[in-house]
Amino acid sequence: MEPTHNTKDRIIWHLACNVSDIPEDGGGCALIEGKQIAIFNFARRGEWYATDNQCPHRQQMAIGRGMIGSQGDEPKVACPFHKKTFSLKSGQCLTDDEYKINTFPVIVKENQVYIGL
Amino acid sequence: MKANTNTHIVIIGNGMVGYKFCEKLLAKKKNDQEFMLTVFGEEPRVAYDRVHLSEYFAGKSADDLTMASKEWYEENNIRLFLSDPVVDIDREEKLVRSHHGHVVHYDYLIMATGSGAFVPSIPGVEKDGVFVYRTIEDLELIQAYARKAKRGAVLGGGLLGLEAAKALLDLGLEEAHVVEFASRLMPRQIDDAGSKILQNQLESLGLNIHLAKSTQEIVGNDCIKGMQFVDNTFLDVDMLVISAGIRPRDELAKIAGLETHPRGGIIVDNGLRTSDPYIFAIGECALAHHMIYGLIAPGYEMADVVASALTGVDKAFLPYDMSTKLKLIGTDVASFGDPFIEEPACKTIRYENKAKGIYKRINVSPDGKELLGGILVGDAEQYNMLLQTCKNKTILPPDSEDLILGLRGGEEAGAGVMSLPDDALICSCEAITKGMLCHEIGEKGNNTIDLLKKSCKAGTGCGGCVPLVKDIIQGVMKQNGQYIKTVICEHFDHSRQELLDLVKMNGLKTYGEVLNEFGHGDGCEVCKPVVASVLASLWNENVLTKDRAPIQDSNDRYLANIQKGGTYSVVPRIPGGEITPDKLIVIGQVAKKYNLYTKITGGQRIDLFGAHVNDLPLIWEELIDAGFESGHAYGKALRTVKSCVGSTWCRFGVQDSVSFAIEIEDRYKGIRAPHKFKSAVSGCIRECAEAQSKDFGIIATEKGWNLYVCGNGGSKPQHAQLLASDVDKETCIKLIDRFLMFYIKTADPLTRTATWLNKMEGGLSYLKAVIVDDLLGLSLAFEEEMQTLINNYKCEWKEVVNSPELRKRYNHFVNVPEKDPTITFEEMRTQKRAKEWV
Repeated sequence: MEPTHNTKDRIIWHLACNVSDIPEDGGGCALIEGKQIAIFNFARRGEWYATDNQCPHRQQMAIGRGMIGSQGDEPKVACPFHKKTFSLKSGQCLTDDEYKINTFPVIVKENQVYIGL
Repeated sequence: MKANTNTHIVIIGNGMVGYKFCEKLLAKKKNDQEFMLTVFGEEPRVAYDRVHLSEYFAGKSADDLTMASKEWYEENNIRLFLSDPVVDIDREEKLVRSHHGHVVHYDYLIMATGSGAFVPSIPGVEKDGVFVYRTIEDLELIQAYARKAKRGAVLGGGLLGLEAAKALLDLGLEEAHVVEFASRLMPRQIDDAGSKILQNQLESLGLNIHLAKSTQEIVGNDCIKGMQFVDNTFLDVDMLVISAGIRPRDELAKIAGLETHPRGGIIVDNGLRTSDPYIFAIGECALAHHMIYGLIAPGYEMADVVASALTGVDKAFLPYDMSTKLKLIGTDVASFGDPFIEEPACKTIRYENKAKGIYKRINVSPDGKELLGGILVGDAEQYNMLLQTCKNKTILPPDSEDLILGLRGGEEAGAGVMSLPDDALICSCEAITKGMLCHEIGEKGNNTIDLLKKSCKAGTGCGGCVPLVKDIIQGVMKQNGQYIKTVICEHFDHSRQELLDLVKMNGLKTYGEVLNEFGHGDGCEVCKPVVASVLASLWNENVLTKDRAPIQDSNDRYLANIQKGGTYSVVPRIPGGEITPDKLIVIGQVAKKYNLYTKITGGQRIDLFGAHVNDLPLIWEELIDAGFESGHAYGKALRTVKSCVGSTWCRFGVQDSVSFAIEIEDRYKGIRAPHKFKSAVSGCIRECAEAQSKDFGIIATEKGWNLYVCGNGGSKPQHAQLLASDVDKETCIKLIDRFLMFYIKTADPLTRTATWLNKMEGGLSYLKAVIVDDLLGLSLAFEEEMQTLINNYKCEWKEVVNSPELRKRYNHFVNVPEKDPTITFEEMRTQKRAKEWV
């Protein structure tokens, strides 16, 4: 998979976990370089996504425990605390313009999940 | 009147009506018209909702009450001067001068100076501890003083006075008194009989009512110590709120030489012009048709009339209907039309129910054809229909008592809201008629309350018309042949009930199957929990197996309640609230070992807070070893069955309520429903278990058990209603089986039983017919379905603890065993608490 966002710096790929560590059509959280990264296995669409694990609304570390789904064609995740939803592609909050989370590129190779930081 | 380009308009007063005038003028402004608006307000705040002032004590902030922000005035180029009253009007030069020295020219001047509190000239009114109830500043002063006061009184038993008395109760005073000069409460709205019923209701809530009391003196040195009455009685109070009526603010008009009334008020004509044709007066400072209109709806209508005139549309202000409906400390009070007209000018029908605190009176024309007015106390559900019937002079049915008593067959009298004429005024604050609403709903498709509020502002004033507007929405959609159904979300074009039937018929057990068969797209956080609930209600399989873990809502996902900071709380089941000392010790030990905050819940069990997600399976392993099961505090499922100690210990108890509560809790534990549900069993009529506030509640009688259903605590409390009386245990359980299955199968998502019943066509009598009389012939099926669910029950936490695969998900990180390092706690009363939101 191609990196999903532009960055001038070189992307460094980090091994995050095995494919089976993330439930299908669900998410989990990995600790990478001291950062909490939420990883989603959107099996229904055959896509993987990674974002900040922290929800910017109340600074809670819980995005990885959120439900994923779609709004129109946009893949999204809902924070379990107050159901703010974020685009998995852009990180933009879909229910409140004020908020945005970071998204990260994901590569899956030989049953292992890599995140680019 | 045609305004020229760039007309300068000065508005004196930034209250609700002054603000509404600005809003209406901007809305009515035509393209070729330009207005330069300048507003002077005496108060330091922008216009706020004075009607709901007492909600300030119930937790609303000044911001919540604001009508429109300062930015709104800026965006609309309105110059706003606050804390700056106008002190002089030069009518020759058409100039106003403010307190701070601003001099502004006007082409038209709008006086919206409102009213102040009327303070009677009783010796001692100047003492500390005596307040008026008019502005947010007044409320702040009252609030500060109430902290050290114990006994408070309100002078004046009218609408505002009773609101103020409620505020004193809310502020925590030990005693609150209402002193009224007249011989009844709310003398302008209700009659003696209605006042008596209202008085009973208010006294039962702790208010002390003193009628026909004339105050001679307010006693005390610097601070008020009490009130001396003319009849030689004395009331010992340390604060007093005066709410004895309003006095129009006409002093500026007087200085300017405008015509005012000796008893107060700026005299205006039908077009609301004062004696100076370039000056208008609107709201509570204006005297129109020989009276001051002290309600918000006519004030808004006045704003509308003047805004129309200035934009070139001639409109007259007609004598305005002063009908009101309000909720006073939980009691409905309404009066409409002419409430006081006496025989022989009319025929009066009265209904009084002292036990329930209800009084209704309607005045019918001597020929029985027209409704002239009436009074409702304790139950004002029929207010909107009665008001419309009265205003529109609708021909009455032959038995006009049906209007307040209902047809004894149980159906509503009259032909319902759709029979009203198109010009029937529905939202009187915004002057929206039924015809306008039908157009908005039918032609423009604004078919929800929120859409209508945006499109035409209906229901945005006092909010009293909202139920009627909802009925009109339903009516129009029905007329247009639109089937009104509530679909789940963009991924499913079905209601929950339909989806449940479809899933059942097709035997589907996973979310993927349901979405593929009956939905589209990828699902979302709305439909996933709904499908999860449907699957659980049908099959009662573990909610975390197959593909069901990621579709569970936040709490069900980890079988625990997510709390501030991202930790979870744990609630083991304690059926009926009965627990052995040994089990109590285990809970204590577990809490200590995992450093958990402990608290007794309202449902007679113990909540353990602050558990890391990694620790949940370890905690439950120990609890399960000690014989505990999941309490489902995280699920839309049975919470607790609360009980009083009953006949085993209590000297009043007539049945063994604890045993029955345990039996019930064990029977229905783990069953998932559209929302959580609660129960309680009381051992006698004293009702210590509060069963009538539960989704289903049982109260022991000498002969058996009374079953109540659809009660609710929470934000909108509702008493449960009697479904069956004096039934034996077996019958009671059968009825509960049927009731719960009927609810589980037909309710919308996240709808508690109380709301479900409120929305049910036919209400309680229909529910009774289905559950007790088996109207639909489904009773046996309901009982069998319930038995299947009960047979499938397994403690889901036990299953998780014993399944390595399920346990694996209880790690904060998928790649390292650590707990979430960002979680920190603070200390409070020797236990821990979650860190405050950032």
